[in-house]
Amino acid sequence: MIAALAFYVFAAILIASAVMVVTSRNPVHSVLFLILAFFNASALFLLAGAEFLAMILVIVYVGAVAVLFLFIVMMLDIDFSRLREGFQRYAPIGAVIGAILFLELLFVFGSWQFAPEANSLRMNAAPETGISNTAALGQLIYTDYIFLFQVAGLILLVAMIGAIVLTLRDKPANSRRQDIAVQVARGEAVTLTAVPPRKGLAELGIVRRPLPAPPKPKAIHGHGHDDHGHGHDNHGHDDKHGGGHH
Amino acid sequence: MDAFLASPIGVLAITVAQTLALLVPLLIGVAYMTLAERKVMAAMQMRKGPNVVGPFGLLQPFADALKMLLKETIIPAGASRALFILGPMLTLVLALIAWAVIPVNDGWAIADINVGVLYLLAISSLGVYGIVIAGWASNSKYAFLGALRSAAQMVSYEVSMGLVIVTVLLCVGSLNLTEIVRAQSTVWFAIPLFPMFIIFFVSTLAETNRPPFDLAEGESELVAGFMVEYSSMTYALFFLGEYANMILMSAMTTILFLGGWLPPFDIAPFNWVPGPIWFILKICLCLFTFVWVRATFPRYRYDQLMRLGWKIFLPFSLGWLILTAFVLKIMGWLPA
Repeated sequence: MIAALAFYVFAAILIASAVMVVTSRNPVHSVLFLILAFFNASALFLLAGAEFLAMILVIVYVGAVAVLFLFIVMMLDIDFSRLREGFQRYAPIGAVIGAILFLELLFVFGSWQFAPEANSLRMNAAPETGISNTAALGQLIYTDYIFLFQVAGLILLVAMIGAIVLTLRDKPANSRRQDIAVQVARGEAVTLTAVPPRKGLAELGIVRRPLPAPPKPKAIHGHGHDDHGHGHDNHGHDDKHGGGHH
Repeated sequence: MDAFLASPIGVLAITVAQTLALLVPLLIGVAYMTLAERKVMAAMQMRKGPNVVGPFGLLQPFADALKMLLKETIIPAGASRALFILGPMLTLVLALIAWAVIPVNDGWAIADINVGVLYLLAISSLGVYGIVIAGWASNSKYAFLGALRSAAQMVSYEVSMGLVIVTVLLCVGSLNLTEIVRAQSTVWFAIPLFPMFIIFFVSTLAETNRPPFDLAEGESELVAGFMVEYSSMTYALFFLGEYANMILMSAMTTILFLGGWLPPFDIAPFNWVPGPIWFILKICLCLFTFVWVRATFPRYRYDQLMRLGWKIFLPFSLGWLILTAFVLKIMGWLPA
C-alpha cells in the first residue's frame, strides 16, 4: 500500500516537473525542474527494485551532466523578448510538426504488442536469483556482452577525439608557458635565516643568487643570433652619438 | 508490543527514533566542531581562542547559534526568493541525509543498503546544487562567480574520488558499507592503498570547499563567494552544512580506508573499547587534519587547483586502479 502511494506521489511529481521544464519562463528554472524530474525518475527505479540504476542515474545525470547544463544556462545572456518574438508567426508550423510526431507515436503504440508473460514481469526488475542487481548487471555487461560494450566504448572514444581535434588550435609560437615546478619551488630568496647583527649574510657564507629568470619566449623566426649582433651594433652607435652631443 | 513494532506505525516510530539517535549527537558534534576548529587553530597560532562564554569557552557554539537566530534575515531585492531560501536548506539536508547509510558499528546503520557507496557518492555529488542555486539566486556577481568556481571544482574532484572508491571496491567485492569495513579486518586499506588514501583525503578537502581549496568563498577576491548575501539563519544553515559535510567526509574516509569501527589491532586493550568509540576517534583524527591543513596551507590558485585535479589526480588514480586490478587478478586475491 505504502509502495503504491509512493509510486503515485513520485510519478505525479515527475510528470508535473516535466511539464514545468517546457512551460517555465526562466531557463534556469527549467533546468532545475529537469533535475527534479531526474530525481523522481530515480526514485521510481528504486521502487521497482533497480537500486543500482537509480543511484547511477543520480550520479551521472543529476550530479554531473545537469550541473554542466545548469552552469551553461546560468552563464548565457538570454534576451526573453527576442525569444518570444516570432511565436505567433511560427506557431502553425510548430503545431503541424507536433501533430505529425504525435500521429507517428500513436501508430507505433497502436501496433505495440505485449508478450503474454510480460505482464507478470512488470515492476519486477530483480528476479529472485539470490544475486544483487549490481552483480547481475556486471555479469551481463562485462562478461556476456563484453565485445559490444568495448565497441560502444570505442565509439565514445572516437567522438571524444573528434571533439578535441575540432577545438584544437595551434598555439602561437611566442606564447608563454607555465612551469608550475619553477613557480612553486622554494628558492633561497624565501628561506628564513637567522642573520647575525652587523655582519650580514656574507658572514654566514650565504650568497643570494638572483631568482632564475623566467624562460624567454621562443623567437618566431628562429635566428636569434642575428638579432643579438644587431643589438650590440646599435648600442655602440648610441654611445658614440651621446659623446658627440656633450 | 512486538505486534506494534511490526506494524507500519511501529516501523515508522523505530525509524524516527533511530534517526534522532543519530542526528542529535551529529548536530551536537557539528556545534562543537566549530568550537574545536577555533580552539585548535588558536593553539597552532599561539592564541587562546574563545574562552569567555562558559568554562573554557564551551558554551560558545550555543551563543553563536542564538546570535544567528536573533538576527534579521535579509533577502536582496533582486534575488529569486524561493531559490534563495532553497539553496542553504538543500545544503544542510543533503549533508544530513547521507548519514542514513553510515554504519557506526557492525550492523548499526539506519539503512544498510546494497549500494551504500553509490548512495554516498550520489548525495555528495548533489551537494553542488545548494551552492550553485544560492550563488545564482543571490543576483550578485561575487556570489555568482563563487558558485561557478565551486561547481567546476566539485565536478572535477568527483571524478578522481570516484576512481579511488572503485579501487577500494575492487578489493572488497561489494558496494555495502558494512562489507567494506568487514573486509578491512586483516589490514586497513589505508596501508596497501596509501596513495589512494592521500588522493581521497585531498579530494574531500576540495569537495567540501575547505582550505586550501576554498576558492568558492575566497575572502580576498570574492568577499565570501556564494554566501555574500546570506545573513542570520540562512547563513547558519550554510555554516552547519559545511561542518556536517566535513564530518560526513571524515566518516567516509574512515569507512573506506581507516577500518570503520574496527580497533587498530585485534588484541586485548584495543578490542575492549566499543566500536562506535573507535569510529568517533577516527573521525576526530580526520577532522583534526582538516583543521591542521587550514591552519597550515595558503589558498590554491584556481588554475593550480584544476591542474591538480585533472592532470595529476585523475591519471594517477586511473593508473593505480589498473595496477590494483592487475595485482588482484595475478595474485588470485579477487573477492568472489
